[in-house]
Amino acid sequence: MNKFVKQTLLATAVTAAMVSTASAKELVMVSWGGAYTASQQKAYHEPYMANNPGVTIINDDSGSGALAKLRAMKEAGNVTWDLIDMTGSAAMTACEEGLAEEIDHDKVLANAPDGTPASVDFGDLIISPCFVPQIVYSTTFGYRTDKVGSNPPTSINDVFDLEKYPGKRSLEKRAVNNMEWALLADGVPSDKVYDVLATDAGVKRAFAKLDTIKDSVVWWEKGAQTPQLLADGEIVMGSTYNGRLFSLIVEEKQPVAMMWDWQVFDLDGWIVPKGTKNKAEVMKYLKFATDTQRLADQSKYISYGPARASSAPLVGKHATLGIDMAPHMPTAPANSKNTLLYNIEFWADNTDDLNEKFYAWLAN
Amino acid sequence: MSNDQPYVQFKNVQKSYDGVILVVKGFNLDVAEGEFITMLGPSGSGKTTCLMMLAGFETATHGDIILDGQSINDVAPHKRNIGMVFQNYALFPHMTVAENLMFPLEVRNMPKSDAQKKVQKALDMVQMGSFGQRRPGQLSGGQQQRVAVARALVFDAKLVLMDEPLGALDKQLREQMQYEIKHIHDNLGVTVVYVTHDQSEALTMSDRIAVFDDGVVKQLASPSELYEKPDNAFVAQFIGENNTLRGKITSIDGNDCRVDIDGHGEMIAQAINIGGVGDMTTLSLRPERVWLDPDDTFPNVFEGKVEELIYLGDHIRTRMTVCGHDEFIVKIPNSTDHKDLQVGDTTKIGWKVEDCRALDCTD
Amino acid sequence: MNSSVKHSNPSVMVTADGVPLMVSLSRAKRKAKIRALLLVTPLFLFILVTFFIPIASMLLRSVDNEVVEETLSRTVPILQGWDQTGDTIPDETVFVALHQDFVDGYREKTIGSPGRRLNYEKPGFSSLFRKTARKAEKFEPPYQAAFIKADKKWGDINYWRVLKRESGPSTDSYYMTALDYGYNDIGERVAKADDQSIYVDLFGRTFWISFVITSICLVLAFPISYLLSILPAKSSNLLMILVLLPFWTSLLVRTSAWIALLQQQGVINDMLVWAGFLGDDNRLAMIHNQAGTIIAMVHVLLPFMVLPLYSVMKTIPQSYMRAARSLGANPFTAFVRVYLPGTIPGIGAGSILVFIISIGYYITPALVGGQSGTLISNFIAYHLQSSLNWGLAAALGAILLFAVFALYILYDKIVGIDNMKLG
Repeated sequence: MNKFVKQTLLATAVTAAMVSTASAKELVMVSWGGAYTASQQKAYHEPYMANNPGVTIINDDSGSGALAKLRAMKEAGNVTWDLIDMTGSAAMTACEEGLAEEIDHDKVLANAPDGTPASVDFGDLIISPCFVPQIVYSTTFGYRTDKVGSNPPTSINDVFDLEKYPGKRSLEKRAVNNMEWALLADGVPSDKVYDVLATDAGVKRAFAKLDTIKDSVVWWEKGAQTPQLLADGEIVMGSTYNGRLFSLIVEEKQPVAMMWDWQVFDLDGWIVPKGTKNKAEVMKYLKFATDTQRLADQSKYISYGPARASSAPLVGKHATLGIDMAPHMPTAPANSKNTLLYNIEFWADNTDDLNEKFYAWLAN
Repeated sequence: MSNDQPYVQFKNVQKSYDGVILVVKGFNLDVAEGEFITMLGPSGSGKTTCLMMLAGFETATHGDIILDGQSINDVAPHKRNIGMVFQNYALFPHMTVAENLMFPLEVRNMPKSDAQKKVQKALDMVQMGSFGQRRPGQLSGGQQQRVAVARALVFDAKLVLMDEPLGALDKQLREQMQYEIKHIHDNLGVTVVYVTHDQSEALTMSDRIAVFDDGVVKQLASPSELYEKPDNAFVAQFIGENNTLRGKITSIDGNDCRVDIDGHGEMIAQAINIGGVGDMTTLSLRPERVWLDPDDTFPNVFEGKVEELIYLGDHIRTRMTVCGHDEFIVKIPNSTDHKDLQVGDTTKIGWKVEDCRALDCTD
Repeated sequence: MNSSVKHSNPSVMVTADGVPLMVSLSRAKRKAKIRALLLVTPLFLFILVTFFIPIASMLLRSVDNEVVEETLSRTVPILQGWDQTGDTIPDETVFVALHQDFVDGYREKTIGSPGRRLNYEKPGFSSLFRKTARKAEKFEPPYQAAFIKADKKWGDINYWRVLKRESGPSTDSYYMTALDYGYNDIGERVAKADDQSIYVDLFGRTFWISFVITSICLVLAFPISYLLSILPAKSSNLLMILVLLPFWTSLLVRTSAWIALLQQQGVINDMLVWAGFLGDDNRLAMIHNQAGTIIAMVHVLLPFMVLPLYSVMKTIPQSYMRAARSLGANPFTAFVRVYLPGTIPGIGAGSILVFIISIGYYITPALVGGQSGTLISNFIAYHLQSSLNWGLAAALGAILLFAVFALYILYDKIVGIDNMKLG
């Protein structure tokens, strides 16, 4: 063996050793990027790293394709992620497919300050044994205040009213939410929406309602699209996540306002991927990051509601703007007169089928 | 055929590509009908530009080009009816040989049966009669060359331009093609304007040769005149092999002059293209006009020291030092009783006044 | 003369030392062959691992259905004896097996996968399996009644028909879905109703849009490539940089630029309104529709057309056109008869390149395509990333692959694949 080869091998070995020692202290956390990851960074990651100097948290912004990537990693036998932020329904799928660790919530997570066990504090929001809820977000509408005159939209019916509010509106390019809104606007009582939607006639009815605005809809696929379309004045109103609209209105000061009628509540939270190499450290992190104070802290940076009941009273002011965050939460009483809770059971069975029908409807 | 008016005429043509440098500086040329004229010169001397202006692919910056009495400055290339053979043949690769020849006839809307007869005749003329269905890519260089010539002639052009057509062929094939082109020219009586940088090719084929240098015609004359009586040092150097000796004119006596070669001796030469006494001049002397052991009647007799001998079969090329000039070449014919010289020998050499021409000094 | 020559058979050539020439030659060539093989081995392995194996596994996945048989390993064999054409659900023996499978599947966390798999065939399976699995441990015989009590879908014969149909190790249902076919309740293959079929139309639309994009690219690229090929190096390099600029710009920047330019309140519409060509209330819709997809993709793919065209045109000597002109052809005839045929290898290469890339493109159409500008690849991406229906994604991908092969063969028949030049 000549000298060069020896040196090369030595260098490789040293590098490998450095990488492996370094990765022992690195936690890779997958989330959605943008303002959302930033809020997690401030509220969870930075304090945790300050308390645990040996740990570095790496943010991976591939949240939107996380489920597929996780499945591919599992099949390849090399899971490189340690914690993944997912919507409730994705978490449920991950759990069913055996991609996520089941968690004993009371054992792993912190109790509320008054001693209430985590499972009670989170309550119904624990929709899957693998899921640790984090926030309640809502999908709702924003509209251009300068395009609606003195008569702003106040109900879901206005979204479907082209005469009162001419112009384009943006909706997400999928069946979920749009079908419910169509039925609500068509007069279906909110407690019957999913029963109606479970029938072929109900699906037809929803599409028929959507047909009335089909030519005036811009269909979005990424959460950033509606805020951009609103800012550019391309649309009169559009659906998106309430946190995005908050940034647009409060931080960017665009002439946009919220229309909360029949906002759809959904959950977002953590799952621990099966096959993580840092399970113990991740569980430790989870306990810290989902305690009552931390969840309340996140709402200083973004207008999503904390998933713990005990966190709600602790919601304070925006970290930089100093405004009171409580009125901007989807759960604030003034905003949540009419709310629809995303029916996870229903959509777990019907997403594929209804999306297929939805795309067929779109194409025809 | 004989006509008072030249068939092709360049009248004080100038050409510049960039508005700064003239690549052709006042070119004048009369070509008679049926003549084979060659534009000869080193690359970049302007000869190809002149040909392209005649073909219509370049426009003259100044001056007139006249074809058969008509100015063609504003005539589009495809309306000039000039045949052209290109350096790389420019046969259309996606057409067969016959289709290539058919092309000029088709665009002239010639009836198909007539056209086919003409194509066959043209191919027969260049001994390619049986290759009509081949593609150019399947032919050798020489065969492609023949086809290119046939294509330039098939539509009865009276003027054919050839731009270094034999440049890509090996030496033997090139010489053979030179004769064939010459024969075709003689048989058809077309006018040919030929461009080459190969002087032996020019000498073999041409009726007259225009020697180009730096955008200017240095001499326009028949091959023998160019060789025997170059007007200037450039032509003397460019055409054939030549001994060049530089010296100062010490006296002029009628047609002759005396020239001092850096104090090594004084030579007598024909005064062709010189200044006055005291000016520098270039003496030009063909190597085959140098005699060994000349008798006393020779006005120029000097000592030569043999430096190198190269055996070339029909003659022995001998490099000598003469008057301090060590690149002096003498060609000794390999006759039955030629002098047997060895390197290092010293011998007497001499030449006649009429073989030594005093020309312009190139510096 | 060597002695060996004397006693050699005149019909077999031998070398100086008597070895037959063929043997000696192949021995001499073997070394060169081994060396050549060694040189290509790394690339071959790389392509094998990164290309052929993934494609093979994709094709496999498009028919793979082992998850049902594996998880319900006791139920499936017994179920084969049940007559699905009758009108009764399977008897207690099947439910006994099913109970064991569910109990094991729940313990090993494997019961969700077949549920999700069968849910593609009939909505409801997912929750049926999930809910039942949670309770299965506590079931008491008779199991048929216990199952139906837990969820009445177990008493619905249509669920059992689907379960039996999809219990084999392979399935054609992904391909059927990809071609807009489905099964009716009694298990016959039927074409989907027009208002429920997507994929066939999408394939058609994908090929059509790709064709339009390719044509526009060709029309735009041809003159530019010609100009590039005849300009002096200095100016052609500058122009080439402009052509390649889209390559060097990030997708996000490009997308924002398109949106800013093309949207109804965008620069182009503003200018047209300002110039009076358009009324303020009928601004052109150039984005979030097919036009948006075409404009944006032409922008991205233009270099793929320019580069092969340019490299081919660069090799066409100027003398061809000149020869054609000198032979009496006017500029148009010279171009059509002489220049154009010479560029066919470049046109072929560029068109195939642009076409194949377009049919596989999905990011740009997703961002600017709207409902009429999305392509089949968007659905492949959707099934890969969102619905996790990888079998259907694989089937759609395989159909696309076969369609490209078919086009390739067609191209070979018409133009000849060796008549293609990529650079």
